[in-house]
Formats: sequence, structure tokens, C-alpha cells
Amino acid sequence: MSDLAAFFLHFLMLCSMAIGGLSVVMPDMYRYVVDERGLVSARQFADVYALGQAAPGPNALWVPLVGLQAAGWPGAIAATIAVFLPATAFSLFVMSLHARAENSRLALAIRRGLAPVALGFMFASGWLLLSSGQHGWRGYVLAFAAALAVLFTRLNPLILLAAGAAAGIFGLA
Amino acid sequence: MQPSQIRKPALELFLTFARVGLSGFGGVNFWMRRVVVQQKKWLTDQEYLEGFAMGQLIPGPNVFNLSVMIGHRFGGWRGALAAVAGLIGPPLVIVLSLGALYQRYGGAPLVQRALGGMGAVAAGLILANGASLAAALPRTVKPWVLLLAAFAGMGVMRWPFVYVMGTLGPLAIFLAWRGRG
Repeated sequence: MSDLAAFFLHFLMLCSMAIGGLSVVMPDMYRYVVDERGLVSARQFADVYALGQAAPGPNALWVPLVGLQAAGWPGAIAATIAVFLPATAFSLFVMSLHARAENSRLALAIRRGLAPVALGFMFASGWLLLSSGQHGWRGYVLAFAAALAVLFTRLNPLILLAAGAAAGIFGLA
Repeated sequence: MQPSQIRKPALELFLTFARVGLSGFGGVNFWMRRVVVQQKKWLTDQEYLEGFAMGQLIPGPNVFNLSVMIGHRFGGWRGALAAVAGLIGPPLVIVLSLGALYQRYGGAPLVQRALGGMGAVAAGLILANGASLAAALPRTVKPWVLLLAAFAGMGVMRWPFVYVMGTLGPLAIFLAWRGRG
């Protein structure tokens, strides 16, 4: 199987399981393209993720950027389809069921049960991003400061990203 | 979310969601509610919340799933496709242009330093998001063990997601199912 087809199928599988959002499967996207296939460097992964956050639109758009970095324009198209095709299909399926089952015991068990697991994956995402940026201690301080700022002030995250870029340019990250 | 008696033209759905997508710097949710609930009054807050909760049970980006559902409600299949094309189409063009610029100039030292700082902030934002959500977890041992196991499996050991989720997912659902009816 060609690299592109394998990449597409792997991302398609991950996105089909991404209950709770893409941050749940981000660590495995990282593992696949950086650790297993070596298509993208750790630093590039962190870079394009940051770019995706700074651009307008749904946050999920960093995934096509990973595809672009991994396999050029065909990779970007493959990643876009992998993210949005299963989500569209599942959403339409649920709509066509007229599902009113969102408060059933099973739905509740899935939501409550998976919540801590999804959070564990979210922390893993943050950790992988931070450790792949090849930051010194300053980068960790910057990340911690950003976390505190967003938790305890009403600052727009975009301002924080801009401040991060400025801090980086002046050698503080 | 049930299909509505009121139908909206596909073009209106496309343009409305394009506005939401292009406004959505740093997350689309805020703008989605503002436009769809407050300005257009297509949904009540209650309906919006229900749709949002349902979107979280469906694999994929939550706001995207919600857009599919709202588009379908007001325009069937065509409406759903028009809504999501509006939501992600224009932003995708912008983000991929940025990506192309990155491929060309990403290696420049100044760009590298700026992206390094932005990356650290982006990581901090994820961790903060996790921390405020984790504050809502029950103060019992079980969820925290599951959280740590998921973090260690993916973040430290870097095992494949299918193995980590395949083990922890059913266990977590079973424990929650048994815990309360």
C-alpha cells in the first residue's frame, strides 16, 4: 500500500473514533506521522498545529496542515476528507434516526465513562506539543503562563498566541 | 434535533456558516451561538445545547457535527452540505495558504522562533482546557486513574491509540454503566 493510502486510512480510522473531538486522537496522529512513519518532524508537527490555531475557522483545520506537511497537496486533501467525511456521515446518520436517545443509560455511560479518558488524551496532546517544540525551560514557563492567563483572565486566545510569537522572536521561548 | 418545517435556501445556509467560520478566531463555538441563536434565531438556547451535547457523542469536531445537524434541520441533505461547506471551505483556503507559506519560509530563523513561542502557548491552551474540564470530574479515584492511564499510554509510552482506547474505553464505559443506572 502506498504511503498516501496508508496515511489516509489511518487518519480515517482515527477520525471515525474521535468521540469528544480531535484532541482525543491527536496523540496517535503524532505517533503515526512523527514516530512511526517519520513523514513530519516533531518540530514541524508543533509548528503546523500552532498555525492551525492562529487561523480563523474550526480548530480541526490543523489536520489538513499535517497532511500537507506529510504528503503535499494530496496529503492535505486526504487529511481533509479523513476528518470531515466520517463526521458528516455519522451526524447525518444520527439525525436520520431522529435520535432522542441522548439521555439513555448507555449514552450517559459512554459520555461519563469516556470523559476522563478523553481528558487523559488531551493532556497527552499538550505534553507532546510542548516536548516536541525543543523548548528550553523558557518554553515551559511560557506555556504555563499562557495556561494561567487563559484560566484566570478573559484574554482572547489569539492575543496569547500573538504574545507567544513575540516572545519567541525575542528569544524568550 | 428534528427536521424543521421552516426551510432555508442552501445559499443562505452556506453564507451564514461561512460568516461563522471566518469569524471564529480561536474557536468557533462562541460565534456559532451568537449568529445562529442570537442573531438569526434559528434555534433556542435549549435546542442549541441539545445539539451541542449530541455533537459531542458523534466522532469528529463538535462544531462541525453541530453544523451538519443545523444544516440538515433547515435544508435536508443539501442544507447540511451547504452549511459545512460554508463553515470549513473559506477557512480551509486561508489555513492551507498559511501552510504553503510555512513550507516555503518555515525554516527561516525568525519564523522558527515565532512559531516556537506560538507552539508553547498553544500547548499551554490545551493543558488549561484540560485542567478546567478536569475540575468537573467527580472527586473519586476511578476517573483519575483512567485519566492518568490514558495520559501515560499515549503521552509517555506513545502506544497506538487503538490499543489504549481499546483497553480503557470499554473498561471506562463499563465502570460508568455499573456505577449508576
